[in-house]
This record gives sequence, C-alpha cells and structure tokens, in this order.
Amino acid sequence: MSPGFNRHRRSGACVATFSSYEADLLRSLAGQLIELLRSEEATLDQGDEWEAQFDFSGPTNEPDDPVLARLFPTAYTEDEEAAGEFRRFTEAGLRQGKAATAGRVIDDLEEAGLPSEPADGLFIDVELEQAAAIAWMRSFTDMRLAIATRLGVEDGDEDYWAALPDEDPRAQVHDIYQWIGYLQETLVEAVG
Amino acid sequence: MSTSPVEVDQPEVGSEVDEVTMTASPWVTIVWNDPVNLMSYVTFVFTSYFGYPKKKAEKLMLEVHHDGRSVVSTGSREEMERDVQAMHEYGLWATLQKADAQ
Repeated sequence: MSPGFNRHRRSGACVATFSSYEADLLRSLAGQLIELLRSEEATLDQGDEWEAQFDFSGPTNEPDDPVLARLFPTAYTEDEEAAGEFRRFTEAGLRQGKAATAGRVIDDLEEAGLPSEPADGLFIDVELEQAAAIAWMRSFTDMRLAIATRLGVEDGDEDYWAALPDEDPRAQVHDIYQWIGYLQETLVEAVG
Repeated sequence: MSTSPVEVDQPEVGSEVDEVTMTASPWVTIVWNDPVNLMSYVTFVFTSYFGYPKKKAEKLMLEVHHDGRSVVSTGSREEMERDVQAMHEYGLWATLQKADAQ
C-alpha cells in the first residue's frame, strides 16, 4: 500500500507513489463525485412561479440526496428564507468548484502517467505544489463525506466496522474510506 | 482594542450608540462537529483560511471536537456568509447566525 504523501526536501512539493490500482481507484472515486455533483441540479422551488421567472441562479431547497445535503449544508438553521437565498447564490458555484477540484485530481493522476486502462505493476508518482495539494485535500474530504454518508459512519463506531467480515462489501468500502483518510492525514502533514 | 473617546456622553438604553455597537459585529460563523473530518485537516483549514496562529486554530478545532461546535469568526452578515461558503468549499459543516442568538 502507498505510504502516502511526503514533502520533497528540495522542491517543497508533496510527493506520493501509488500503485496503478490505487491511482485508478482515486480516479474512479473522483469521477463518481463529479457525476453526483452534476446530478439533481437546479431543483428550483416550483411553488413560486412568479419568483422562479426571475431566478436564473440556483436552487433554494436542500438537495434530496443525503450526500449532496451534507456537501451543501443549510447555512441558516432557523431562517428558512435566508437559507434558501444563501443556497440560491452559492450552491451552483460550490458544485462547480467541487467538480473542478475532483477533475484536477483526475488530471494530475493522468499527467503523472495513469493510462485509461492501467496494467498491473505500474506505479504512478504524483508531485503536488501547494495549490494542487490543497485541491487534493478538499477532494479527499468530499470523497470521505460522500462515502461516510452512504455507509452511515458515526463518531466512535470503529469497532463496528472492524468486526464486519472481510467479504462484506461495506467493510471493503469502509477500508477505502479509511485509506483516503490516511492519505489526507499524510498530505496535511506534508503541506505543514 | 478600542481607545477611549475624548468626550463621552452617557448612552441611553436602546440609543443609537447601542445599535452602532450591535452592527459592528453582530454575526458569527459556527463550525459543527462531524464524524468524518480529521482533526489535523480542520486545524489546517482554520490556519490557512482564517490565517489564525496554529495554537488558536487547534483550540477552535478542539472546541468543535469536544463541544460539538465552535464560533470560528465574527463580523458582518456578508462576511459571515463568505466564511460559511468557504467552509463548505473545504467540506466543513458551517452555519451563520446572529451573535446574540447563540
């Protein structure tokens, strides 16, 4: 398994080596994230047609998908109207930003030599400058939030996941969740 | 820290002076605990986005972790909306509200 990120002594870049399997997995997760971010878009409030005619900017209601609801939380807990306005002006941009960030992860992996159908035994060396490192950190966070929401991860439930049999698909997904957390931790450390 | 004005009129309760004080910093950004975000990452976000020293960032992160929430910034409503938006960009769960509504 990849030992995660390190800071390159001379260049100061964050460097990591991934097996082709690992790099392909990250690309696939980033791709799924982009697909999700582009789904269920601009669900305008149908209730107010007069207002909707002047509304070109974005949705006002919380997304139905729990992952999207977690990625774009309600900003005002006790003021529905203000929450809707905030969402209208921010959600579309946040979605685009997160999709672009995930796209950057894919681009960086492919620029580092990840082919569309990677063969076994291939290793991918990734080298990230500060801005790229922060983009990767954000995308790791989005991937983890997505997986955790789907799995129903809660505080202090490590024993539950550890006790699942290896062949349980949820255990395998949880392993990926933890692996991305490990990459995240080493990347934060490397950026320092 | 503000310095003392040269002349001080005793403000009446509910006077304009109070309103000016209220509008100076009436809103706060709150970051809420979640089971996903790593302590190191949350600290990193507080240092890199807000420019807080590491010690302050760690203190706020621990408040989030132990108390379930922490006020991470104070300012105008527009400023707090920007901060909340930025926190959502980083994947942190943030909300804003009036400072006196806490």
